[in-house]
Amino acid sequence: MLGCLDLEVSLSGLKPLPEKVKIVEVGPRDGLQNEKTIVPADVKIRLIDMLSEAGLPVIEATSFVSPKWVPQMADQEEVMRGIHRKPGVSYPVLTPNLKGYRAAVKAGAMEVAIFGAASELFSKRNINCSVEESLQRFEEVMSAAREEKVPVRGYVSCVLGCPYEGSVSPSRVAEVAQRLYSMGCYEVSLGDTVGMGTPGGMAAMLEAVMREVPVHALAVHCHDTYGQALANILVALQNGVSVVDASVAGLGGCPYAQGASGNVATEDVVYMLHGLSIHTGVDLPKLMDAGSYICRSLNRRTSSKVAQASCKL
Amino acid sequence: MGNVPNAVKHCLSYENLMGESFRLPSSFQEKKWPEVHKFPDFVKIVEVGPRDGLQNEKEMVPTEIKIQLIDMLSQTGLSVIEATSFVSSKWVVQMADHNEVLTGINKSPHVRYPVLTPNIQGFQAAVEAGAAEVAVFGSASETFSRKNINCSVEESMQRFEQVICAARQACIPVRGYVSCALGCPYEGQVHPAQVTKVAKRLHELGCYEVSLGDTTGMGTAGSMAAMLRAVMAEVPIHALAVHCHDTYGQALANILTALQMGVSVVDSSVAGLGGCPYAEGASGNVSTEDVVYMLHGLGIQTGVDLAKVIEAGDFICRALKRPTNSKVSQATSRVIDMQAFSVLAE
Repeated sequence: MLGCLDLEVSLSGLKPLPEKVKIVEVGPRDGLQNEKTIVPADVKIRLIDMLSEAGLPVIEATSFVSPKWVPQMADQEEVMRGIHRKPGVSYPVLTPNLKGYRAAVKAGAMEVAIFGAASELFSKRNINCSVEESLQRFEEVMSAAREEKVPVRGYVSCVLGCPYEGSVSPSRVAEVAQRLYSMGCYEVSLGDTVGMGTPGGMAAMLEAVMREVPVHALAVHCHDTYGQALANILVALQNGVSVVDASVAGLGGCPYAQGASGNVATEDVVYMLHGLSIHTGVDLPKLMDAGSYICRSLNRRTSSKVAQASCKL
Repeated sequence: MGNVPNAVKHCLSYENLMGESFRLPSSFQEKKWPEVHKFPDFVKIVEVGPRDGLQNEKEMVPTEIKIQLIDMLSQTGLSVIEATSFVSSKWVVQMADHNEVLTGINKSPHVRYPVLTPNIQGFQAAVEAGAAEVAVFGSASETFSRKNINCSVEESMQRFEQVICAARQACIPVRGYVSCALGCPYEGQVHPAQVTKVAKRLHELGCYEVSLGDTTGMGTAGSMAAMLRAVMAEVPIHALAVHCHDTYGQALANILTALQMGVSVVDSSVAGLGGCPYAEGASGNVSTEDVVYMLHGLGIQTGVDLAKVIEAGDFICRALKRPTNSKVSQATSRVIDMQAFSVLAE
């Protein structure tokens, strides 16, 4: 099992909770990418526009990956051109390589994101190359982005476990996070890709990463596959993290456990943060409206418990 | 929760809950995290599925199924399993077979089987049926008390005093519950002082343990911390438990908070049995499987075999013809690549 940890060390460095937390909304990209039903461009655009109105400061809009691999994101250009860009809101897009980056910028992207992994096997199976090779590809994207002054966000997958390798050492996560940060990523989002992490593992992983990357540049991207997401996010906040990724309606199942849930629902995260008197800038009823809109379009039930409890199915 | 009235779709509109009115007033706010203890080495899980869980399920469950569920749970390492409720079957039809259940289960020597006893008649019937531990349910909210058990909080305390006196004479331990500890479906916010008053009273009357229940699931880590801080000033921490509902997805975060503050007894329900009667279609009790997963991941001992709890959960869900509410159960029953999920094995 995931090892017993020295909990006194993990808990002793607690800081006061942040007053503000930035929510990075990944529903339109990470969420929809993992939904079976293909959603037309106009629905994606409407969803993003509703999310903009809900006060989210960052909304991951689409992915410039080959449609051969991810058909859901084939309408990437149309989506980028169609959305109404609210002033003050960022709309990052995924760019796995230089080709994707160029296409993204051409389509009007002003921020991009790159995805590394803390697990070799996951990297090989997911993007068909080693972690080192992927980092070299990203260097190309970083160079181009630096020249064009386009900010880049980095993601690290499998930070609390890998569907193929099992447990992942915190030092490995720290290594990859440090590489992305020193390459020029302004922020590194640490993803519990299979949702198997628990609060102790989160604390230990963050402790290792924070020795290499300043906490203000860290975000957590928790999956709720085992119901642990909010507890893990809470521990991250207690350790000084103030950026949290989430997906409206909990869009995006888990590709490693069929039928199981994936992303944590933005509504449930915001509910917790507001209950802690943490400012997010998000209007929860409007967020729930966006959630019920996309669920109706996908013909599926929301994965957000707040939405279920409030009858915004 | 105690006796449950018919489902009320919304006692408070969600706008009320989502808006400013539900935020803690500044006197409750915890900007700084409260003093954090080391996590307990061991947490006792109180399994409430067969009683609190089934009581809130629409489908009537035959007696033999209840008995089999309890027997399966008795083999999982759980040390406390709330077996049934000696409440009038007029109010809670699901628990009408309380005598048969209590006399029919295969009692493990390592397990206690408390039963709910709302009044002295219930207590006497329970003892006659062989109960060796009982539980009483108070409320931190007046309105909830009146709507739920048709009397004021003070009147309910007087009834419980009778039960506790009789129990003391019979050397039967009594567990107390406080409903609405983090909010009330009728009154909205509940002040920690109200919770403290009722918890303290139950403890002073003689309850060996007081379980603080977030009846509507609306509590968050902030309100949990504020409530516990108030209660812990009057009731020793070893005598406190938390009973969190997952209606708003907050249960595990709330339980984590409680553990960080030193609580070491957690109530939960196998497969997350028991929907929320106040929000139709919404979930209720937190799933035992998800709680145990978190605790084991934290290196906290529970004595519970997670795989066996999952089996018991599968059994009752098949019998109820409904999917499990446990995310751990959902994830592990459908995993494509099993290699990674050795976390279940201790």
